[in-house]
Amino acid sequence: MYKFYLILFISGLSSTILQAQTKISGKITDKKNHPLQGVNVSIKDAYDGATSAADGTFSFTTDASGEQSIIFSLNTYQTQEQKVNLSGPVTLSIILRNDISQLRIVTISAGSIEASSEKNNTVLKPLDIVTTGGAMADIVSALKTLPGTQQTNDKEGLFVRGGTGYETQTFIDGLLVRNPFYSGLPDMPGRGRFSPFLFKGTTFSSGGYSAQYGQGLSSALVLESQDLPDRSSYTLGVSPIGLSGGLNELSKDKKGSFGIEADYTNLGPYLNVIKPKFEPSVNPEIIGTSANFRRKTSKTGMLKFYGYSNWTHMGSIRPSFEYAGARELFEMKNQNVYTNLSYKELLGNEWKINAGISYSTNTDRITLDTMPKNSDPLKIHNLSQLAQGRVMLTKNIGSFSALRFGGEYQYAVENAEYNGYKANYTDNYSAAFAEGDIYFTPQFVGRVGGRMEYSSKIGKMNLAPRVSLAYKLDQNSQLSLAYGDYYQKPEQQYLRFKPDLDYMKATHYIASFQRVANNYTLRVEAFYKKYHKLVKTSPDTATNGTGYAKGIELFWRDRKSVKNLDYWVSYSYLDTKRNYLTYPYEVQPDFAAKHTFSVVTKYYISSITTNIGLTYSFATGRPYYNPNLPVNQFMSQKTIDYNSVGLSVSYLTSIRKAFTILVLSVNNVGNFKQVYGYHYSTDAMRREAITPNIPRFIYLGMFMSFGIDRRQETIDNL
Amino acid sequence: MMKTFVLSFCLLVTTFSMSFAQSAQYQGAMAKQIALLDDPANRGPEKMQEIANTFERIAAAEKTQWLPYYYAAYCYVMNAVAEKDKSKVDAIDDKAQNAILQADALAPKNDEIYCIRSLVATARIGVDPQTRGMQYGSESATWLAQAGQINKDNPRVDLLQGQSLYYTPEQFGGSKEKAKEKFELALKKFAAFKPASVIAPHWGEEYTKQLLGK
Repeated sequence: MYKFYLILFISGLSSTILQAQTKISGKITDKKNHPLQGVNVSIKDAYDGATSAADGTFSFTTDASGEQSIIFSLNTYQTQEQKVNLSGPVTLSIILRNDISQLRIVTISAGSIEASSEKNNTVLKPLDIVTTGGAMADIVSALKTLPGTQQTNDKEGLFVRGGTGYETQTFIDGLLVRNPFYSGLPDMPGRGRFSPFLFKGTTFSSGGYSAQYGQGLSSALVLESQDLPDRSSYTLGVSPIGLSGGLNELSKDKKGSFGIEADYTNLGPYLNVIKPKFEPSVNPEIIGTSANFRRKTSKTGMLKFYGYSNWTHMGSIRPSFEYAGARELFEMKNQNVYTNLSYKELLGNEWKINAGISYSTNTDRITLDTMPKNSDPLKIHNLSQLAQGRVMLTKNIGSFSALRFGGEYQYAVENAEYNGYKANYTDNYSAAFAEGDIYFTPQFVGRVGGRMEYSSKIGKMNLAPRVSLAYKLDQNSQLSLAYGDYYQKPEQQYLRFKPDLDYMKATHYIASFQRVANNYTLRVEAFYKKYHKLVKTSPDTATNGTGYAKGIELFWRDRKSVKNLDYWVSYSYLDTKRNYLTYPYEVQPDFAAKHTFSVVTKYYISSITTNIGLTYSFATGRPYYNPNLPVNQFMSQKTIDYNSVGLSVSYLTSIRKAFTILVLSVNNVGNFKQVYGYHYSTDAMRREAITPNIPRFIYLGMFMSFGIDRRQETIDNL
Repeated sequence: MMKTFVLSFCLLVTTFSMSFAQSAQYQGAMAKQIALLDDPANRGPEKMQEIANTFERIAAAEKTQWLPYYYAAYCYVMNAVAEKDKSKVDAIDDKAQNAILQADALAPKNDEIYCIRSLVATARIGVDPQTRGMQYGSESATWLAQAGQINKDNPRVDLLQGQSLYYTPEQFGGSKEKAKEKFELALKKFAAFKPASVIAPHWGEEYTKQLLGK
């Protein structure tokens, strides 16, 4: 009897096996009927399946029967599921669609160049900023190799598209930085205060930027601070002009970190060897300290603190212009403190919050004296303080679109004292903004929004609409348009004395084409900017100045054509005129050059682990004011063309356990004569060319780091 | 009585053979693919993709096994390392990353998985060594160090550490001599290494000998 059952059982088993061997075959193509290779074809929850061949065909047999799902998956394509009834051989013809989330979607790009370590598709990487020859690891110096900027090395700040340095604002994690530059001596502006390594992302916007940011007529420099480090590290830097050291500790649970850094710079010994044009009255000294703290507050939340304080003391003695034979002293002590606390978190339901507060204070104590002359020196004491708070909420809509809105409040104290005479004021500034990035298709995006601002000092509200459109032509190319209104308070030296000044205003129009492939980038951008209500100081101080700027800019970067060589070329054509300050009519201002050109090259020699960066910058002459000329020839004379070659060589090695880098950095290698303009004495009898105080600066330094290989980071980082 | 006994016996046999069949099917399918993987004739990108696809199908069917994901990641990372067109490496490496993270979720704190995570980071360096060397080099070393802490007898940890030393210029802390020491240590450990099963990770001995021969 049991034999019967056994036979029944065995025959039953084998019959199912025989019965179930079903053949499944077919062909897979994309929408354009091109065969797709490598597609994983599988029966849901079973081993059976196959991989499609070069001609898109596949074939396999399976034991499964009845209603089954067959899954087709291939990277960058949408996974497709097909129901089949396996009662006999099945032939399938499958078309897979591109996965839109895998396609590079279009992003707003008009007017902005982004350096980010997180996104692949950016024009620059943060490291590019520090390996730029001659930039000496100064963010702003490196940005001056990009289109839209001016080579104004006698004036503080970044001069963009016919705007002054004051018209560019710097933001860290959304918060305004009131004094982003070291205080410098006359005609010798200070470099930027912040190391590029503090930031994981830098966006340089030369116009048409988001309604999130305000109070910059021309440009916004948006910096995004680093998150947690990978591990703890310790650094030491030595050079003939200073010392620096720091530590960065990652907590045991890897959810927090803190760091402190200190540096001391004394240019005295250097200036004893290389005689500067003007004799220093004291040995220039800089002491800097900084501290940071970062903590993950949840899986998605992060709290970050960054604080910085800095003391500088410097001065110069130069021949007097007004009193022949006498000499003028200019001496300055600066103290600066900057603190920034920011918080970000996902709130669920596609909401995100970014919030921050900051406080900063800057004191300049300046002594001006004419020697020998029997009067008391002029003492100037300037103090500016800024406290601010900002909240922004973002709501994601669908796969790509997002709405952003928020507000900010700034409380600013601006105190000035001239020989005991005080001119102080405070300003309460508040702003609200709303903006939407709306994707009509993954290839077409519009950013529409606006910003409302109120300054208590001016006592007026303004409303600034902003619109950007971007359309992706193919995988790598896109067209962009932008329009926006930008308002800015007049500089505090005017606002201090004239309470009835209005906001200055600029309207931007930008059209650009950008092509970013893996190793090539091409950007062409045309812009028109109209200025309204610029500050005029003559005949009266009033906001009734006018102006415009228009131009075309080109950027080309190539990282492939020559092995190990990475280079970029920027060219800017600028046509700008303005009637502001003492100008009698609209004229090309003294900070604007018509043609600006830069080539940045970086060459890495791996056999000797040495990086060589060479940068050439050129600008046509800038107008200057000659008081001996009649009014109808105002600013009609121009300086000689500007030429500069910057070099940096960095050799990477190890000394015992320490990763070590030796850096040689030279600016103006060719020792080209550089003239930024001319000073005239009040009687117009004497004039002097404005030239660099040290025409060629040579820097040699050694940086060691322990725990983490930061040699690449430290390149050129003075 | 007899009938009931036979019937229940038959049922028992059927159930047993079914569950055994499933496990045997898994073991068999895995062993077959791993044999393909061990065969140098299958090193091309298309073949590796095909093997990876099979591992992914097994993974999708098995749900609780980490090894199919592990091997799929291994196939992808081998393709990523071998890819000549550097612009394609990140996309391939993303697939490796994706698969190894799924393995990691099923088997946390596993030295073999950490070895692959290290390789995934190493593969990314090649795309842009100057910009990425620092970040991914340190990430790669971190995974290996953690793998070594979990299992100090894993020869693949020493092999990969040696490989990193071998290909890193001396100025960056690389050293052919130290690499040689690591390779010799790895070979000793390979000699003593007993894979947990026929389908457990066992690759690397031949490759270590090749590198040592250079």
